[in-house]
Amino acid sequence: MLEVSNLACSRGDHRLFSGLNLALLPGQIMQVRGENGKGKTSLLRTLCGFLSPDAGKISWCGEDVRELNELYFANLLYLGHHNAIKDELSALENLQITAGLAGIVLDEMTAVSALRRMGLKGRERLPTKVLSQGQRRRVALARLLVGDAKLWVLDEPLTALDVAAVALIQELLAEHLRKQGMVIFTTHQPLIIEGVEMRHLSLV
Amino acid sequence: MNQLTVFNLLVLVIRRDLLLAMRRRADVMTILVFFILVVSLFPLGVGPEMDMLRKMAPGVLWVAALLASMLSLGRLFSADYLDGTLEQMMLAPQSLSMLVLGKMIAHWVVSGLPLVLMAPVLGLQFDMSGQALLVLMLGLLLGTPILSMLGAIGAALTLGLRGGGVLLSLLVLPLCIPVLIFGSGAVEAVASGLSVVSNLSLIAALLVLCLVFTPWVTAQALRISME
Repeated sequence: MLEVSNLACSRGDHRLFSGLNLALLPGQIMQVRGENGKGKTSLLRTLCGFLSPDAGKISWCGEDVRELNELYFANLLYLGHHNAIKDELSALENLQITAGLAGIVLDEMTAVSALRRMGLKGRERLPTKVLSQGQRRRVALARLLVGDAKLWVLDEPLTALDVAAVALIQELLAEHLRKQGMVIFTTHQPLIIEGVEMRHLSLV
Repeated sequence: MNQLTVFNLLVLVIRRDLLLAMRRRADVMTILVFFILVVSLFPLGVGPEMDMLRKMAPGVLWVAALLASMLSLGRLFSADYLDGTLEQMMLAPQSLSMLVLGKMIAHWVVSGLPLVLMAPVLGLQFDMSGQALLVLMLGLLLGTPILSMLGAIGAALTLGLRGGGVLLSLLVLPLCIPVLIFGSGAVEAVASGLSVVSNLSLIAALLVLCLVFTPWVTAQALRISME
C-alpha cells in the first residue's frame, strides 16, 4: 500500500501544497482534484520520485520509497502528459520497448492483442507518426494491459480519447481494482467506475 | 511474466537507439559528412606542402572528430526528454546508470564508430604513413567512446535549457583536452619513431575511468534535470 505523510511540495518559490496526507489500500482508487496549477501533476510526479518533496515521506508497504527505489519502481506504472511514444517506431515496437523499460518481456502475440484491445487493429505496424493524437494516446495506454504493476499513477489519462476509449479505460481500471490494484489519477472529465467507491483528494 | 535482467535491459536500450538511428539516417550522415568536410578543408586551405600536412594531420583529424561528436550530443537525451521516454527510463526497475550506459554505447556506435572507420581514408589526404594511420585508428577507437561518455554528462546537465547546445560544447570540450593530447601525441610519436604504448595506454586508462564513473554521474545529472 501507498502512504504519504505530511508531504510538502513547491515549484520555484511557490508553495503548491503542504501537510498532505493520504493512504491508498489495495483495491482503492483516488482522484486528485484541483484547479489548473494547484499541483496535481507535481503531486503525481513526486509520488514517482521525479520531484523531491520539500518535506514529508512517501512509503510503499511501510518502507520509504527513497530507500526502496528500484523495488518500488517495479510496482509502479506511470503515464504522464507525454506519451513516451517515438514517431519513427511502429505502435508494436513502441509498446514492446516501453514495456521492456518497465522490465517486462513482451512477445509479439501479447503486444498485438493488447493493441487490438485498445482499438488499434490494423495499425499495429504503422509508424506512430501517421496515427492521430487519440490513437497515439491509445498506444501509450496499452501499457495498462501488460505487466503486473500494483500501483497505477495516471496523469490525465483521458485526454484526446473518444467516448469508446474512455469506456474501455473505465473497464481496465475496474479490472485492475478487482485484482487488488491501486490507482491514483487526475482528470477533468467525469469518470465513474461501477461498484467502486471513488476517493477524492482536493488540492486547494 | 519474465523479468528483464540488467544485461537484457542494456541490450534493449542499445537496440532501441540503433533502431531509431536507422530510421533517422540523415542525422547520422550529417555527423560523418561534417567530419569529412572539416578534415578536407585543411589540405585545400593550407596548400599542398606535404611536410606541413603530415605534421598537422593528427591534430586536425582529432579536433575534427571532437567537433563532429559534439554535433550529435544535444540530441542524446533531449528527444527522450521531450516525449516522456526519459521518465519511463527513470522508473525502470534496474539502475538508471545501466540505461545511460546503453545510450552511451549506442551513441558511440552511431556517431563515433563511423569516424574511426573514415579516419584512415581522410588521413591519406595528409600523406600519413600506414603505421601512423593504424595508430590514429587505434587512438580514435579508444578515444571516441570517451568523447561520447563525457559528452553524455554535459548533455544531461544542459537538458531542457535554451541554447543548451553552445553551453554543452563549452562544458565538454575542455574535458576532452587530455584525450586530444594523448590521441594526437600517439600519432606524432609513431611519425618520429617513438613508442606509442604510453599514449595509447593513457587513453585506455581514461576510457576505463570513464566507463566506471560517467554512467553514474550522468544518471545523477539526469535526475537533477528532471526536477
